[in-house]
Amino acid sequence: MATAKYDIKSYSGFRAITLLCLVVLYAPLVIVTIYSFNSSASITTWEGISLKWYADVFTGPESEKFKLAARNSFVIAITAATVSTSIAVFAATAMVRGGKFKLRTVSFGLISLPLMVPEIVTAVATLIFFNSIGFDRGIMTILIAHIAFCIPFAYLPISARMQGIEDSYEQAAMDLYATKRQAFTKILLPLMMPGIISGFLLAFIVSLDDFIITNFVKGAGVETLPTAIFGAVKQGIKPNIMAISTMLLGISVIMVTISYFVSKTDNTK
Amino acid sequence: MAAGAASGGSATTDTYKESRFWLLLPAWVVLGIFVLAPVMMMLIYSFLTKEFRGGVIWELSFAAYDQFFCDRGLFGDEPCTIEWTYIQIFWRSIWQAGAATLLSLAIGFPTAYFIATRPESQRPLWVFLITIPYWVNLLIRTVSMKFLLRDQGPLNDALIGIGLLDSPLHIVNTNFAVQLGLFYSYLPFMVLPIYAAVERYNFALSEAAADLYATKWTTLRRILLPAVKPGVIAGCILVFVPSMGSFLAPDLLGGAKNFMIGSLIEEQFKGNAGNWPFGAAASMILLTMVLIILLIFARQQAKAEKEA
Repeated sequence: MATAKYDIKSYSGFRAITLLCLVVLYAPLVIVTIYSFNSSASITTWEGISLKWYADVFTGPESEKFKLAARNSFVIAITAATVSTSIAVFAATAMVRGGKFKLRTVSFGLISLPLMVPEIVTAVATLIFFNSIGFDRGIMTILIAHIAFCIPFAYLPISARMQGIEDSYEQAAMDLYATKRQAFTKILLPLMMPGIISGFLLAFIVSLDDFIITNFVKGAGVETLPTAIFGAVKQGIKPNIMAISTMLLGISVIMVTISYFVSKTDNTK
Repeated sequence: MAAGAASGGSATTDTYKESRFWLLLPAWVVLGIFVLAPVMMMLIYSFLTKEFRGGVIWELSFAAYDQFFCDRGLFGDEPCTIEWTYIQIFWRSIWQAGAATLLSLAIGFPTAYFIATRPESQRPLWVFLITIPYWVNLLIRTVSMKFLLRDQGPLNDALIGIGLLDSPLHIVNTNFAVQLGLFYSYLPFMVLPIYAAVERYNFALSEAAADLYATKWTTLRRILLPAVKPGVIAGCILVFVPSMGSFLAPDLLGGAKNFMIGSLIEEQFKGNAGNWPFGAAASMILLTMVLIILLIFARQQAKAEKEA
C-alpha cells in the first residue's frame, strides 16, 4: 500500500472507474431529489427552493389518488413481508437445522424459483393462473403474488444468519431439559432476530417497489404507488411525481440502512 | 443473488429433523400453488385458442407458436416461411442485454476489484454504497435516469453550460439509453459475485508472477482473470438474464423503435394486442431460453467445483 507504484494489487484507473460508477449510480437520484424542491411548475427551469410539490402531493388535486395508492402499497407490503418472513423462518429452520434429506435441493430450487424466472414471466403466469381459477383481480391477488415472490428475499438473509449460529446454544438448552420447541422459541429465534429483521425489511422493500407483477395482477381501478406513478409518468414527468419519488427513495434508503446495521449486529456473544 | 446462496452450509445440523416436513410445508404450498402451478398453467394457455380482447377459449390450438415462427402471407393460407418479426424482437433483446452486460462488466469488474483490495474493515461499506441504489424502486430509478438524460435535462444543460456542446445530445430513445438503463438496473449483480471471487483470490499468485517479470496487465490477464472466472461468469448471467426480459428500461428509455421481449409480452395482456395465448407462448420461449442459460451455467459451475 505504501508505494502505489510497486503495489502489485493496485491498477491505475480502477479507483477512477469505481468513483465514476458511484457517480453514475447516484447522480440520477440526487438530481431528482434536488428538482423535487424546485418551485417552478416546469421541470426544466429552476426557480428556487420550495416545498410546494410536497404540499401538492398531500393536498393537491391528485392527492386522493396518491393517498389511496400509498395506503394500498403499505398495507400490501406490511402483510406480504410479515407472511413471507414467517414462511421463510420455518423453511430456513428445516433447511439449515433439518439434516440432510432427499427433497432439500428441490426445496431450495423451489424457494429460489422467483429469483430465476424473469419477472415478466412470473407476472404473466400469475395473471393466467388467477384467470383460470376464476379469481377476481384486486388487492387480494396483488397480496398473494407479493407473498410468493417475497419469500426468497426474506429467506436468504435468514438462512445466512442461521448458518452463522452454532447449534451449541440450542444443545446446551436441551441438555438442561428444554424441549425442542423451547430451544427454538427461546434460544434460536432470539439469536436469529437480526437476520429476521433484515429479511423482513428486504421483503417489505421488494413488495413496496414491485411494478411489473402488480401491474399484471391488479384489478381495474386498484393502484399501488408504483402503478400510480407509472400511469402519471406516461403523461410526462411532473414535479409532484418527483416529490413522491423522493419520499419513496428516502424510505428505501432508510430501510436498507437499518437492515445493513441490524444484520451486522452480533447478539450471540 | 441466486448464485450467491449456496444450498449447503457449515453450521447445518439436524436438530429439528422430525419437524422439517411441517416447517417446509408453508413454503412448498405457497410457492407450489402461486409460482410453479401458474407457470404450468401458462404453458397450457399457450396451446389454447385466443379470445378477442383478452382471455382464452378452451380449445387446443398451435396458433400462438405458428404466429411466432411462421409467416403465412397476407391471408394466412400460404405454406409456412420463417416469420422474422418476433425473432428480430428476441434478437434485439439478446443484443441489448448483451451490450448492457458488457457495459456492466467494463465498469463492474474494476469496481469489484477495487473494493476487494480495500482494507478488510472498509469493504462492507463500499459494498453497501454500491447496493443502496439497487433497493430504490426500479421505476423511480428509470424515471430519474430519463429525467437526467432528456434533451432539456440537467446533463445536457450542464454540458451546454460549460461550452462542451452547442446543441443537446439526443440520448433518450436510443439503444444506448436502454443499455444505460439496464446497466443501472442490475449493476450490483455484476459487482457482488466478482467481488466475492477476487476477495477469495490468493494474491501470492500475482506476486509469484511479478517475481517472474510478468507485467501487471499480464498478471491480471493470465493469472487473476482465470482464477476469478466463475465470479465473472456468474455476474454476467445475473445481469444478462433479467435484462433480457426487462420491461421498464426499454419502455421508458427506448421508445417505440427499441421494442424488446418485455414490451411484446406486456402488449398481449395490458395493451391493445390482447392475444393471451401468444403472450403465454412468448413468455414460454423466454423462460426456456433463460432456463437453458442457467442450466449450462450450473453444469459449468459443478464441473469447476469438481476440478478445484
